[in-house]
Parts: sequence; C-alpha cells; structure tokens
Amino acid sequence: MTAIQTRRRSRNRSDLLVRYAFVLPAALYMIAFFGYPILKNVVMSFQAYDFATFFNGHAPFVGVDNYAATFSDPIFLRALSNTGLFTVGSIIGQFVLGMGLALYFRKRFPLSGFLRSLLLLPWLLPMIVSAAVWRWILEQDNGALNQFLSGIGLISDPIPWLNSSDTALIAVIIVNIWLGIPFNVVLLYSGLQSIPDELYEAGQLDGATGWKSFLHITLPMLRPVVSVVLLLGVIYTIKVLDLIIGLTGGGPANATQTLATRSYEMSFVEFDFGQGAALSNVLIVIALAFSIVYLRANARAAKNG
Amino acid sequence: MSTATHSAPVLTATPRRRRPRRSWIHTVIGIVLVAIMLFPVYWMLNASLAPAGNSLNTQWLPLDPDFSGYSRAIADQGQNLVTSVIVAVGACLLSIVIAAPCAYALAQFRIKGTAALLFLVLISQMIPGIVIANALYTVYTPLGLINSIPGLILADASQGIPFAILIMRAYLETFPTSIVEAARVDGCGHVRAFWSIVLPVSKNSLITAGIFSFLFAWSDFLMALTLTTGETIRPVTLGLYTYIGTNDTDWSAVMSTAVLSSLPAVILMIVAQKYVAAGATGGAVK
Repeated sequence: MTAIQTRRRSRNRSDLLVRYAFVLPAALYMIAFFGYPILKNVVMSFQAYDFATFFNGHAPFVGVDNYAATFSDPIFLRALSNTGLFTVGSIIGQFVLGMGLALYFRKRFPLSGFLRSLLLLPWLLPMIVSAAVWRWILEQDNGALNQFLSGIGLISDPIPWLNSSDTALIAVIIVNIWLGIPFNVVLLYSGLQSIPDELYEAGQLDGATGWKSFLHITLPMLRPVVSVVLLLGVIYTIKVLDLIIGLTGGGPANATQTLATRSYEMSFVEFDFGQGAALSNVLIVIALAFSIVYLRANARAAKNG
Repeated sequence: MSTATHSAPVLTATPRRRRPRRSWIHTVIGIVLVAIMLFPVYWMLNASLAPAGNSLNTQWLPLDPDFSGYSRAIADQGQNLVTSVIVAVGACLLSIVIAAPCAYALAQFRIKGTAALLFLVLISQMIPGIVIANALYTVYTPLGLINSIPGLILADASQGIPFAILIMRAYLETFPTSIVEAARVDGCGHVRAFWSIVLPVSKNSLITAGIFSFLFAWSDFLMALTLTTGETIRPVTLGLYTYIGTNDTDWSAVMSTAVLSSLPAVILMIVAQKYVAAGATGGAVK
C-alpha cells in the first residue's frame, strides 16, 4: 500500500466520521426520547411498576397481569368505545366542514387569501387555551352557547354541556371539530389548487357543473389528499389528551374517558405505571396501524403528485 | 407539493373572473364564516375585558373594558409566563441545533443508517405523547429532572425536532448539490460548507422550523402536567389549567391568562404569515 493510498483512506475515514457527526446528535436524541420510551413502555407493561418502585427500585415481572387487568376493566371498554366515537365523530365533522370551507375559499374574491389565513388561528393556539375558552362558552348558567340558544328560543332550560354524561362526549367532539377544521382546510385547499382548471372547463362542455363536477372531477382528483387528511386526522385524534383533560378531565363518570386520558390517569393519578403502560401500548398499536397505512398512502401520493 | 403554477396561456385569456358585485357578496359571506369560526377567540378577548367576578349578564361587546383581569393574571401567572418563555426559547434553539445538521445529512449524504433514522423520525410524530411521558417520568425521577427547566426543554423538543428535521429535509432535498460540491473542491470542509453555504440559503425553512418548534413547546401541556409537580417551575399552560380549577368564579382573570398565552401564536401568525403557512402544509404532505 502506498503512502498516498493510506492517506486517502484515512481522509475518507475522517470524512465519513464528519458525515456521521451531522446525524449523531439527532440520532441520540431520537433514541433517548422515542426509541427508549417505546421500549420502556413495553417492559413496564409486564411489570408491577407502582408507587413503591420509585422508592425501592423493585419492579417485579408479573407476566400479562397488567393486560389482563386492563382488558377486564369496564372503564377500559368505555374508554375504547369513547375513543372510537370521539375519533369518528371528530373526523367526519372536521372533514365535512373543512371541505366546505376549502371549496368556498377556492372561489377568487377580494380578501379570500387573508380570510383563509385567519382560519388557521384555532390550530395555532395552545390546546389548553381552547379548552379554557370553550369551558366558558359551554358553561351551564352564563355560557354563551346556552344564552344564545335560549335567546333564540331553541331551549328553555340551560343544557349542562360538560357536566352531564349525556352531552359531555358530544360537547368534547364539537370542540375538537372546531380545532381540526383549520388543518383540514389547509390541506384540502392546497389539494384543490393542484387540480387543473382545464379539467373543469372540459367537464363544463360535457355538462358536468356544480355537484356533478364535484363528484366526477374534484373528488377523484383529490383522492390522494383526502386519504392523507383522513389518516393523519385519525392519528392525531386518537392521541388527543390536553383538550379532554382541560374540558372534562375524562368525566363526568368516565363519559369522556379515552384510551389516552385513561392511560394518563392510570400512571399519574393511580400511580400504576404498569397498567398505564399496558394501556398506552394498546394506543400505540392502533396509532402505528394507521401510521403504516398513512406512510404508504403518502408515498403513493408523492409518486403520483 | 406540486401546487404547480400550470401555465395555460390560452385559457388565462378567458379568466373565470366573476363580476365585481358578486365577488363582494362572496367576501361578505367569507367574513361571516370566518367570524363564526373565530367567535371563541373573540369571546376570550371579550371575557378578559369584563369586570371581575362571575357576572350574570355577560356583555356581548366590551364597551366598557376593564383591565383588572390582566393585572390579576399577571400577578398570579407572570412567573409561569416567564417559565414558558424560557422553556419555549430553549426548546426552539435545541430543536434547530439538533435538527438542522441532521436534515442536511439526510437530504445530501449517502451514509448507512439514515433510512432507519428517517423512519424513526416519521413514526415519532405519530407516537402518542402519553407514551413518552410515562417513560420519561420514570427516568426523570432518578436523574433529578422532574421540576427542572432543562428537563422540560428536552421533553418539549420531542415535537419540534422531528418536525424540524422533516421540514428542513424537504427543502434541502431540492437544494442543488453542485453549489456545495464546488465549495468542497475548493477545499471547504463539510462543517464550513454547511455553516456558510447551506444554512444561509435555507433561511426560510430554518425560520419555519424555528417558529413551530417554539409554538410546540409554548403550547405543551402534557409534559408540564406530568414532569412538574410543584409551583416553582410551572409553564403557563399548566398554570392556566390549575387556575380554572381553583378560580372558576373569576373568568376575567382566567381569560386574561388565556389571551396572554395566545399572544405568541397570534403575533407569529401576523408577522410571519408566510412561514406559518409553509409549516401548516409542510408537516403533512411532502
């Protein structure tokens, strides 16, 4: 081996080290704050990890006890069905209203760009701020919603939106729809913008206008974006926690308890981290299932787009 | 994103422009729609200007604004606001410092393991925060990071870092390699090329990443709720939450705190509209 070759090789090696140094901090962070917590949750879910563990460090292995306890807990079933209702209700509401607004703002009119950008605001506010504001709006005696509804004569008695187990889940879904509309508008609007005008012009010649052109031109062209919006919506919605904790704390009587809030409650209120971890693993499995579908849909959209 | 400005020279000659009068009707309807959507924000502002106490007749317009809610909010929550500023600025800086070089490497270097890292970054955005909080609490306790600013900064960056990596990588993928290669031929090292060529050119994506990293940390509630236990280190989001619980008769002070907590988002939306819009779509569709 000649001296030049050796030098080149060592230069290549140090070059490679420099390249890896660019990635290293991020890789370490991602492993510490995502890789490790995920693994730790899996391990904890098979341990009796509770209050005592924080004092004596013992977390005995208990097999599938935490899962057995979780699945036989009636609150778990309630939380599971609430998570389903919350997610489906939120997604339908956000998508329909978001689509309506996106279609409306597609018309070119004065100030449309400015008004559209104002719509983003609810999405940028801290979720706990939105929760506080809506608590005040939904308040039984002085809240704006009840005042408005009784003002126009629609109700005679004020509705205890957040304090009754009949209405709490509906109220929480309504607030979450409000929060999710901006996200839907932004993505759907940018999807609508990429549909060439020529298609509509051609459709017009074939008599496809209004509703027909929406069904036969807009929806098919928008399909990749729609699937991304819906899947991301599901992924974001099943993990919502701030909003529910802020509005109802999961109550009344578990009426708004979801998998995320129940997992929080198990770990940080009951101090049973083992069961909390078992619950959050159920949540992870659901989230990952949708994530994989999403990543594939997104890759397809990128390829076609 | 392929929001291509598809040029159709023939068709642009016959624009689908409507008569001005109809357009203004659209504007009016548009204003009404936005007003309905933003009513809660207005209502927050309105309630923050109401006099103290739980008045039975809420005014629909703050004709007689009372700023005492703000003085009570600042007295009670001022310290928490300062904590939030420190944590959010810290998390924003940390996110950029960690994410920028990584995004560049993911976009431009061909080295082993980057595919796995990118996958972890993509998946991380979908992991429920409670999973992270569960595990972090058990590690933070022995490390003494509970109730600490560094602990919160590190935890809050968990939203900013993956987002910043994705946003900046998407931009740097389109960055012409030839510029960096030319500099490299002139004997410029990777670090210098990155610092003096790549970073200045990717200023826009840096700003977008920074804004969102800041807002994520500013808005964080879950990490504050789980990783702090006392009153000494308490971000304003958690302060607001406990405020409602203990103070639900004084809505004007609560709503003043809510307004103060919303200021960064509102200010950034006004002064950095372009970057905010870029971040809104950038995180989802690449």
